[in-house]
Amino acid sequence: MVDRIPILKLGDVLLVTIQVDMHDQIATALEEDLTARIVSSSARGVLIDISALEIVDSFIGRMLDNIAAISRILDADTVVVGMRPAVAITLVELGLTLSGVKTALDVDRGMALIRRRDESAVDDADDSD
Amino acid sequence: MPKANKLVTSALLNSHQAEILQQWMRRLKEDGALESGRIRESELQAQCSDFLSKLRDALAKGSNDIDGADFAPVRAVLTDLSSSRATQGFSPRETAMFVFSLKPALFDAAQKHADGDAASTMEANWQTGLMLDRLGLFTTEAYQKTRETLIVRQQQEIAELSTPVIKLWDGILALPLIGTLDSQRTQVVMENLLESIVAQGATMAIIDITGVPTVDTLTAQHLLKTVAAARLMGADCILSGIRPQIAQTMVHLGVELNMVSKATLADAFSVALARQGRIVTKRRTANNNSAEG
Repeated sequence: MVDRIPILKLGDVLLVTIQVDMHDQIATALEEDLTARIVSSSARGVLIDISALEIVDSFIGRMLDNIAAISRILDADTVVVGMRPAVAITLVELGLTLSGVKTALDVDRGMALIRRRDESAVDDADDSD
Repeated sequence: MPKANKLVTSALLNSHQAEILQQWMRRLKEDGALESGRIRESELQAQCSDFLSKLRDALAKGSNDIDGADFAPVRAVLTDLSSSRATQGFSPRETAMFVFSLKPALFDAAQKHADGDAASTMEANWQTGLMLDRLGLFTTEAYQKTRETLIVRQQQEIAELSTPVIKLWDGILALPLIGTLDSQRTQVVMENLLESIVAQGATMAIIDITGVPTVDTLTAQHLLKTVAAARLMGADCILSGIRPQIAQTMVHLGVELNMVSKATLADAFSVALARQGRIVTKRRTANNNSAEG
């Protein structure tokens, strides 16, 4: 039995808080669960809080990129929040700049980022009318 | 046999310490130990007599090995002396001469007060000479070690000093870079910036390179890394302070910086404020007049 990371639903945003050391199986399981959950709940945004994550490797970095790409296909925004300085430096040194992923300092700001996107989408719709 | 010879030197030190000390001081003065004015005569005399008594005690125990436990007090005196001279700015030669000039003083005394045959005096001098050489080397080594720790500490201080992170406004940080950016400094800069972003909850960071003399491909790469790491944490970076010559060099080198860049820190700051939804406006003159009137 693989440990699974819980996915919380907050309105139309899915919140994932990673609080354990990620290993490859957990990462793969999270990717599958999250994809299924985005479809079933028709979420508009995915918020991944990695403030407790201390160690990353290239696999985890790629997983974050993958999740962002999958969410984009399913019309949801991915925001990674709370990355630690050491983790950021490691990812940059690994050459993973996660260019497809939005980032924010904490969950609050991440939520604001997703909402802003929703609002601008509504504005666009109003404009087109 | 070596033990007996040691005892000869030890006995010599016991009976003629004052005379040896006087000779030693004379030779030190001849060598110009006091000329630099970094040390007073009384201070030097105290150091010499302290060293002589410690040496006498160590030799009285019959030991010959300067690395042994019997010589620990002697080594402690020498270590203290070398490190204090290293910080006072003495040259390595001056520091080593402290021990080496004791050699002729001891030989003279041995010559004068020799009670055995010439061969045994010779042998005793030979042993003493060897011991003092090793003590002299020990002094130089201790001196070198102090200098090295000094250099390492200075390097650390330079690295720390040159990378301050300044809070310009709520959520806006400035990072004025001064000096050439090498990999090691970039690492320190990056860590400082990222830690400050977390600590202050900043969303914008302005990297000012007014003080960076040249920007080559490597420096540009380091800057890009810093910006990428800050973005991963959720903060946007603006580059500012690109001097005209630097802009030209960068273009000629084909360096591409794919980030927001502004000519001056002031421009970058206003962009940062605008991104946060803040505007800076002049107070209306009407208000001023009414306040005055």
